[in-house]
Amino acid sequence: MHNMSEPVVHQHTAPTGFIRKYVFSLDHKVIGEQYYGLALVAVYIGLVLSWVMRIHLAWPNAAIPGLQLLSKTGAPGGVLTPEYYLQLMTMHGTIMVFFVLTTAPFAGFGNYFLPIQVGAEDMPFPHLNMMSFWVTFVAFCVAISAFFVPQGPPLSGWTAYAPLSALGQVAGPGQGTGQVLWAVSIALFCVGQLLGSLNFISTTLDMRCKGMSLMRLPLSTWAWFITSCIGLTAFAVLMPACILLILDHVAGTSFFIASNLVVNDQLQPHAGGSTLLWQHLFWFFGHPEVYIAIVPAMGVVSHVLITNMRRPLLSSRVIIYSMVSIAFLSYMVYGHHMFVSGMNPFSSLAFSFPTLAITIPATIIVLIWIGSLYGSKLRINSASLFALGFVSMFVSGGISGFFLAQPSIDILLHATYFVVGHFHLVMAVAALFGIFAGTYFWFPKVTGRMMNETLGRIHFWVTFVGAYCIFMPFHYLGMAGNVRRYQAFVDDFMAPLMPVHKFITIAALITGAAQIVFLYNLIHSRFWGKTAPLNPWEATSLEWSTPSSPPPFDNFGGKLPVVYHDPYQYGIEGATNDFVMQTDPAQINSPRDEK
Amino acid sequence: MAKLFAVTIIIIAIASAVPIVMHTWEPPKDISVHGKLIDEQFSETMVEAGACFLAAQLILGFFIWKFSDRPREEKIKSFPGGARGLVAAAVIIVGAEVMALGAFGTKAWASIYFTPPAPDATQVQVQAGQFAFYFRYPGPDGKFGPIHPEQISEATENFYGLDTTHDPDSKDDIVTAEMAVPVNRDVHLLMHAKDVGHSFFVRELRIQQDFVPGLDLSVHFTPTEIGRYEIVCTQLCGLGHYNMKAYLDVMSQQDFDAWLKKQAALQ
Repeated sequence: MHNMSEPVVHQHTAPTGFIRKYVFSLDHKVIGEQYYGLALVAVYIGLVLSWVMRIHLAWPNAAIPGLQLLSKTGAPGGVLTPEYYLQLMTMHGTIMVFFVLTTAPFAGFGNYFLPIQVGAEDMPFPHLNMMSFWVTFVAFCVAISAFFVPQGPPLSGWTAYAPLSALGQVAGPGQGTGQVLWAVSIALFCVGQLLGSLNFISTTLDMRCKGMSLMRLPLSTWAWFITSCIGLTAFAVLMPACILLILDHVAGTSFFIASNLVVNDQLQPHAGGSTLLWQHLFWFFGHPEVYIAIVPAMGVVSHVLITNMRRPLLSSRVIIYSMVSIAFLSYMVYGHHMFVSGMNPFSSLAFSFPTLAITIPATIIVLIWIGSLYGSKLRINSASLFALGFVSMFVSGGISGFFLAQPSIDILLHATYFVVGHFHLVMAVAALFGIFAGTYFWFPKVTGRMMNETLGRIHFWVTFVGAYCIFMPFHYLGMAGNVRRYQAFVDDFMAPLMPVHKFITIAALITGAAQIVFLYNLIHSRFWGKTAPLNPWEATSLEWSTPSSPPPFDNFGGKLPVVYHDPYQYGIEGATNDFVMQTDPAQINSPRDEK
Repeated sequence: MAKLFAVTIIIIAIASAVPIVMHTWEPPKDISVHGKLIDEQFSETMVEAGACFLAAQLILGFFIWKFSDRPREEKIKSFPGGARGLVAAAVIIVGAEVMALGAFGTKAWASIYFTPPAPDATQVQVQAGQFAFYFRYPGPDGKFGPIHPEQISEATENFYGLDTTHDPDSKDDIVTAEMAVPVNRDVHLLMHAKDVGHSFFVRELRIQQDFVPGLDLSVHFTPTEIGRYEIVCTQLCGLGHYNMKAYLDVMSQQDFDAWLKKQAALQ
C-alpha cells in the first residue's frame, strides 16, 4: 500500500490529442465509458433480436419488415426460416451474455469507478487496460461479422454444444464459417477479459490510498474484485475450449467429435473425440460466468441501496464473505447444467448438493438487504427504484433455482421454458436492473449532469412490470412442458399455450419500447441535463470526493486522498449531516467504523 | 411513489402465485412407476419455494411501504437480531430446507438411474438423428444386429445401417417410426445418437435423457397407463429441432404383440 498523501508523479501524463484522449486512451475512465458504450450498442442489437424472435414465436408466418435485407435466404419476404430463428437466437444469447452482461456491470462501471473508489490515479497497467477494451471491441466486430457471411451466424445456441458446433457446415446452415467466427470472437473476448481482470486485481490489492484498508473498500469494489478473480480462472478455460473447437473445424482434429457419426448419409471423417468434453469445459466456465454477470450488480445495488437508505447494511462483512463463498462454490456446481446430459448419474447428485448449498450465501445477501431496509430512511429515486427492483427480480429468479437444482425435478424442467425464465430473471433482468441503478446513480459523476428523473421513473415502471409480464409466464410454460429453442410449437400439447406466447410477445414489445425512453434520457441528459452538484446523493465513498464531475484525468486533482472511515458512515450521532465522507478527518461516534 | 411500488410488488407476487395454486399450467398426469416420487418432490419444492417467494416479496414490499418518506429527525433502527439473526435464518430455515429437499430427492433419482432394468423388460432401441427418431426391436432372437454407420441411408430407408445379408442378428430386427410398448412392463430403452446431440423427453413418463454421440446409454421405465404420448427432442440439434418428434403408444400386451407382428411383416 502506498503512503501517498502528497502530490505524486503521475502514472501517465494528461492526454493530448483527440486519438489519445478519446480513442486509444490509457485513462481507466475513458476505457470504462468505451466498454459501457459497447454494451449499449450490443444491448440494443440483442433487444431487437429478441423482438424478432418473440414476434416469430407468437405469429410464425408474420413478415417482419426489413428482415430480408439482413438475410435474403434466412428471412425471405421478411418471414423467418427455422434455421434463421435459431441463428438469431444464438446471436441474441451470445451478444447479451458476453457483450452486455459481462461488459457493462464489470468492465464498464468497474473500470470507471474501481480505481477511484480505492483512491488511485489509475490502474497499474494502463496499456493492458486499453488493449483489453480494444480486443473486446474486435471480438464484438468478429461476432457481428457472422451475420454477413453467406450462410450467416451459427445456430447452435450461445452454448454451442458439440458435435453440432464442431462438425462444420454439414451439420446445418451457419455451422461452417459462422461457427468459426463465433469461436474466434469468444476466444478474443476471453483475452480481453483476462487483461482486464489482471488490472482489477492488482489495482484492488496494490493501489489503495492511505487509510484504505480492505475492509474500508465499498461493496461495489469488493464485487468487482471478486468478479475479476472468478473471471481470471473461468475465461482461462473457455479460451482453450474455443481454440479446440476452431481446430476441429479447420485442422481436421476431433476433440469434440466422436467416431462413426453419420450426417446426411455421409460418414464423418472424425474419430475418437468426446461430446461431453465440450460441455464440461463450457460449463466449467459457464457457471462462474453467470456469477461474473450478477456479482458486480450485487455490489452496485448494495452501494446504491445504502446511500438511499441513509444507513449501512446490517453487516458489510457478511455480504463480502457471502460474495466470496458464492465465487468459491460457483466452480463446484457447473454440472447442474448437465444432469441429464449422459454423464454419470452419481455426478449429477454430487453437483446438486453444492448447487443447493449456494442458495445459502445468496439468501444471506438477500436477507441482509431486506433486513437493512427495516428502520431505514429510504429515499426513492430512479437509482433506488432499480436497486430495489433488483432485489425483487433476484428473489424471483433465484427461487426457481430450487427446482432446477434437484436432478429428479430437472427431468421435467430441463430444456423447457422454465429454465429460460429462471436465467432471464435471475441473471439478465436482475443484472440489467443493476446496470440501470448504477447508471442513474453514477451518471452525475461521469457527466456532471443529472438524468431526467421523470423519464427515469417511467423507464422503471414499464420495465419492472413488463419484465415480470414477460418472464413469470415462462415458468408456467415450462411446467406445462413447453420445450425451449423451438422456432415454432407444432406439438399437440403446445397448441393450447399459444395465447400465453402472444401475451408475452406483446409485453416484450412494450417493455422494449421503454428502453428507448432510457436511451433518449441518457443521450439528452448527457448534453442538456441539469448541472449536477458534486455529491447529489449525499454519498460517502471516494468517487463523490473528486474535485469535479467528471473527475480530472488523475481522478483527485494532483493529491491522492487519505481515508479515515469506511464508506458507509450514515446516520451518525452528532454529525452535522446524516453522513460522513471517507475523506473527512473528523472523529465520529459511530457504532461501527471499519479500520 | 414508494407506497405504489410496495403495492405493485405485493400484487405481482400474489398474481404470480395464482396460476400455481389454480393448477392452470402444470405437468400432465404421470403414467410411470417412478414418477410418483418425482411429483411428490415437485410438490414439496413448490410449497417451500412458494412460501419463500411470497414471504420475501411481501416483506420487501412492506418494508418499502413502512420505511420510506420518513421524517429527517427519526432515528435509524436495526432489524432485531441484526445480521447474526438473518444469517442464522438463512442457514437454518432456507439452507436446511433446500439441503433436505436435495437429500430426499435422491430417492427419486436413484429409482430411475441406480436400479437395473427388470430381467424381462421390453427391449427397445431408439436412434436419434437429424430430425427423426427411429426405433428398433430385437425380434425373436432377442439380439440387436450391429450398426454399420457407413451403410446408413435415408434414401434406402436403412436407418440403422443394418446388414441383413451378413449379420444373422439383424435379420429379425424390426425398425419402426413409432414406439410401442406393453403397459405395466419395464421398458429398457437403449439410446443411440446418429449424428449430433438430441434428447428423449416424454412428459407423462417423467423421463428426459440426452443422447450422447459416441456413447450408447440407456434408461428404463415402466409405463402404467395405456395411451398415446408425444416424444419430443429437447436438445438443440439443428434447423429441424422443433419438428423432431415421434409417438409412444402404450398398449396392452396383446395389442403390443399384434402390433409387433404387423411391423415385422412390413420390414
